[in-house]
Amino acid sequence: MIEFVMPSLGADMEDGTLIEWKKKTGESVKRGDIIAEVETQKGLIEIEVFDEGIIEKLLIQEGTKVPVGTVMALIKPIEVSLETKKEKPIELHPIEEKITEGIMQETDREIHIKASPLAKKLAEEHHIALSHVKGNGPHGAITREDVERFIAQQETIKKGAAGNVSVAIEKTETPTDAIRTAIAAAMSKSNREIPHYYLEKRIDLTKALAWLQEENDQRKVQSRLLPVVLFIKAIAKSLQDFPDLNATWDNGLKPKKEINIGFVVALHNGGIMVPAIHQADLKTVDEIMQTLNDIIPRARAMKLRSSELSDGTITLSSMGDGGADTVFGIIYPPQVAIIGFGSISEQPFAENGMLGIRSMVNATLAGDHRATDGLTGSQFLNLLARNLQKPESL
Amino acid sequence: MNEDEIKKNIFQLLKNIAPDTEPSVLKPDENIRETLGIDSFDALQFIIALNEKLGIEIPEKDYGKTTTLRDLLFYIMNKMK
Repeated sequence: MIEFVMPSLGADMEDGTLIEWKKKTGESVKRGDIIAEVETQKGLIEIEVFDEGIIEKLLIQEGTKVPVGTVMALIKPIEVSLETKKEKPIELHPIEEKITEGIMQETDREIHIKASPLAKKLAEEHHIALSHVKGNGPHGAITREDVERFIAQQETIKKGAAGNVSVAIEKTETPTDAIRTAIAAAMSKSNREIPHYYLEKRIDLTKALAWLQEENDQRKVQSRLLPVVLFIKAIAKSLQDFPDLNATWDNGLKPKKEINIGFVVALHNGGIMVPAIHQADLKTVDEIMQTLNDIIPRARAMKLRSSELSDGTITLSSMGDGGADTVFGIIYPPQVAIIGFGSISEQPFAENGMLGIRSMVNATLAGDHRATDGLTGSQFLNLLARNLQKPESL
Repeated sequence: MNEDEIKKNIFQLLKNIAPDTEPSVLKPDENIRETLGIDSFDALQFIIALNEKLGIEIPEKDYGKTTTLRDLLFYIMNKMK
């Protein structure tokens, strides 16, 4: 059985309130389907599933606030359901399951579950089916701590359900306040735990902007590109050679396969959202522009999907034109680097003994010194600068 | 379309882009983007909206001629002639 848990949508998220199930018991789901809408500090988020199967049970009632990691639904994998079909017909009639109590009773399939003797004992004492507990021990075995955590989560849910009305979304703070709180939590954690180092590189954008203008002159106004698209693509391309910067830190460096660039979007009423541009290295500049056209308005409306909030592997903060010259970012944990682009401006530039005027930008890198050193960061910025000299190959 | 009508359209389109602002209080020589806090992405959306609403295409090289309300109005009036 696959467990669908309340996802963590950032280092700052502790819990979320289930607003609505988008799937019913008995309905089939596939990877990428929206299973639920959850209210978080970052707005009403559509939560996606990453497995394929049939919804076996919805464990949490709408309106309930649950901690990150809480099992919210059980999904029967497709292949299992087919096997079961041979033995006996499965109940496919949607049943409005009345949650939580059900969790305590189911005891089947436990024989195949790896669990420590202490965990088994504790689970038995509390009448908990081990199939509902997520194992974090060796090879996914369930440890005593896992069971204890599960018990604590269930108590929180029960408390919430007991309060009936109080389980509805807490509207004590405005969305702007909630975002402020989320940013405060994430940035304080970053400043507390991450030893940052900072590097800056002046990059000549004359060629890139000339290429961009030529491109845009041939395009309809609706499909024009912004300079930031070139930054995103150049960063993604450069990161291919620097996997240690496209990573997370979780008791050690964990490089990520996909390059998902978290793009800082400033909200009109203050605060920021950082949706991820998935696999930016595999996208063309046009595809990146289309992605921006999609995610920026949704970020501002606070209507993002869970994967967009949780999949970022590095962050880009771009000031745009008219903004500050340089931005030194604070890393978004558990990521290990953030890249900043200041505003583009004309600057005197000396080359080969000649002085000229060029369009320049200050690119910065704040790196996690536990993960990488200044040399890596410096080499990365050099490659980024070189890649921006060849806009046609981005 | 007369100047007032164009101005009305500009305000409406700016309001759509930056709903929390009040474009009608813009002074003729104020920088539109700075005053209303419009970033590069929103600025492009505004140019697209102008194109769709008024049929005016502003090439990139002319962006500098449209920074204030006065300049933008003048630019549009000229293009519409």
